[in-house]
Amino acid sequence: MPFQSTVGDYQTVATLETFGFLPPMTQDEIYDQIAYIIAQGWSPVIEHVHPSGSMQTYWSYWKLPFFGEKDLNVVVNELEACHRAYPDHHVRMVGYDAYTQSQGTAFVVFEGR
Amino acid sequence: MSKKYDAGVKEYRDTYWTPDYVPLDTDLLACFKCTGQEGVPREEVAAAVAAESSTGTWSTVWSELLTDLEFYKGRCYRIEDVPGDKESFYAFIAYPLDLFEEGSITNVLTSLVGNVFGFKALRHLRLEDIRFPMAFIKTCGGPPNGIVVERDRLNKYGRPLLGCTIKPKLGLSGKNYGRVVYECLRGGLDLTKDDENINSQPFQRWRERFEFVAEAVKLAQQETGEVKGHYLNCTATTPEEMYERAEFAKELDMPIIMHDYITGGFTANTGLANWCRKNGMLLHIHRAMHAVIDRHPKHGIHFRVLAKCLRLSGGDQLHTGTVVGKLEGDRQTTLGYIDNLRESFVPEDRTRGNFFDQDWGSMPGVFAVASGGIHVWHMPALLAIFGDDSCLQFGGGTHGHPWGSAAGAAANRVALEACVKARNAGREIEKESRDILMEAAKHSPELAIALETWKEIKFEFDTVDKLDVQ
Repeated sequence: MPFQSTVGDYQTVATLETFGFLPPMTQDEIYDQIAYIIAQGWSPVIEHVHPSGSMQTYWSYWKLPFFGEKDLNVVVNELEACHRAYPDHHVRMVGYDAYTQSQGTAFVVFEGR
Repeated sequence: MSKKYDAGVKEYRDTYWTPDYVPLDTDLLACFKCTGQEGVPREEVAAAVAAESSTGTWSTVWSELLTDLEFYKGRCYRIEDVPGDKESFYAFIAYPLDLFEEGSITNVLTSLVGNVFGFKALRHLRLEDIRFPMAFIKTCGGPPNGIVVERDRLNKYGRPLLGCTIKPKLGLSGKNYGRVVYECLRGGLDLTKDDENINSQPFQRWRERFEFVAEAVKLAQQETGEVKGHYLNCTATTPEEMYERAEFAKELDMPIIMHDYITGGFTANTGLANWCRKNGMLLHIHRAMHAVIDRHPKHGIHFRVLAKCLRLSGGDQLHTGTVVGKLEGDRQTTLGYIDNLRESFVPEDRTRGNFFDQDWGSMPGVFAVASGGIHVWHMPALLAIFGDDSCLQFGGGTHGHPWGSAAGAAANRVALEACVKARNAGREIEKESRDILMEAAKHSPELAIALETWKEIKFEFDTVDKLDVQ
């Protein structure tokens, strides 16, 4: 039987939920996603955790949710400040929807190691 | 005031056609599409439907004078033409709340779609819609968990859930079946599903399946770092066996089970939903047999009624069809009933097939499940139509990948996330679907191969383009 060179070997990857299967986003792409959160009327929330705790329900808040924040630059600066303070942590951006009491979206911006 | 007993047969319309009646907020309202036998006046047909689905019978009976039938009778209060159809008409009927047992969908359907459907004065009869009054809704348990809780349990936000049914649907041993589950979940799916006709057959008894699947789910979860699940089908021969299976799924620490609500029946479904609520278990609902009931345009029950009934009886996810590749009208109809699964208020909108305002109050929402004959090329349209509160299930589109189910799963996950990312960034995902998918495929050989594999399957630019002008 000939060697089936056309079949690839799919290797399992550890991922961090939404957008985990896309390559790391560029800065502009991250800005677009944050702008989307703000445009939906959701509150931006920044959360971080050491990679060993990534499956915990609760990650640590960075400060408090930024209720009512409409300025993209404020959110971006806070994301970067969180990353600087916890360089080895995962940092994720959450859009909190107070109407549904759910997260409209959540995705990891910086992966810790 | 007391009445005299007058034996004999009265015309139904004398009692049950009441065009001046103003329905109460507590009335249960129904819209039937009626097609009468030739020569029978519309009012008589409509009144007969009201009578036979509530208090009436063909003859006057003495014992009806022991009660106040004016209080209990159903009333036809409006008749409307069916656009473009001369032989049929819509009859709107109001039923007093006290005709129904609290929380019993079984009881509602036994009345509304019981004997009346075999009534000789009718050629065809179709229940198009029901307006459930808040007073009744508040007596129903509804979804055991609902969309918000399900997202929190599964830790999935900002996108549809991604799943697939394990194939071949029949004939795999428990261990082989668990292998396929493992491959799908490690490849990036959130959920896998028992096929509806997998119960407990000789080739694979349920306990065997549950154990191997549990191992697959846990292993995939551990390796990927994401929350995974598999709908363990608990539909069974008897309620006792159904509960036994549900208990075992819980013992194995599984997050979700499954039931077939039409073949299993509403009583079983409501019971299982109550069990799920009590035990913190998610409930996926399949709808086998629905097409027997809902496909004929003039006879049966429209699926929007069955969907509303399921939301009241209880389920966290319900199959709704895929829209893609079907007629434009189907899309509107589907949007009409997925609104009724997910929203807290749905206004009357005939262009979506909704005949009544429907207030759901605080009842949790149900995920709409799109499954059957879909593949990566459909992803942009599916996301646009179904939105985030849906579960997209690609069976052949996962297992049919040339590298196997894990790679097929990864291809779907990449495609889904690329579409979500593009939508959020403000791109028109239906118009730009090809570009979005091709860009995503540059960093995913799995997606590139999937796109190549299914490129021969017609990509419906026409349908997709029409969606934009809505």
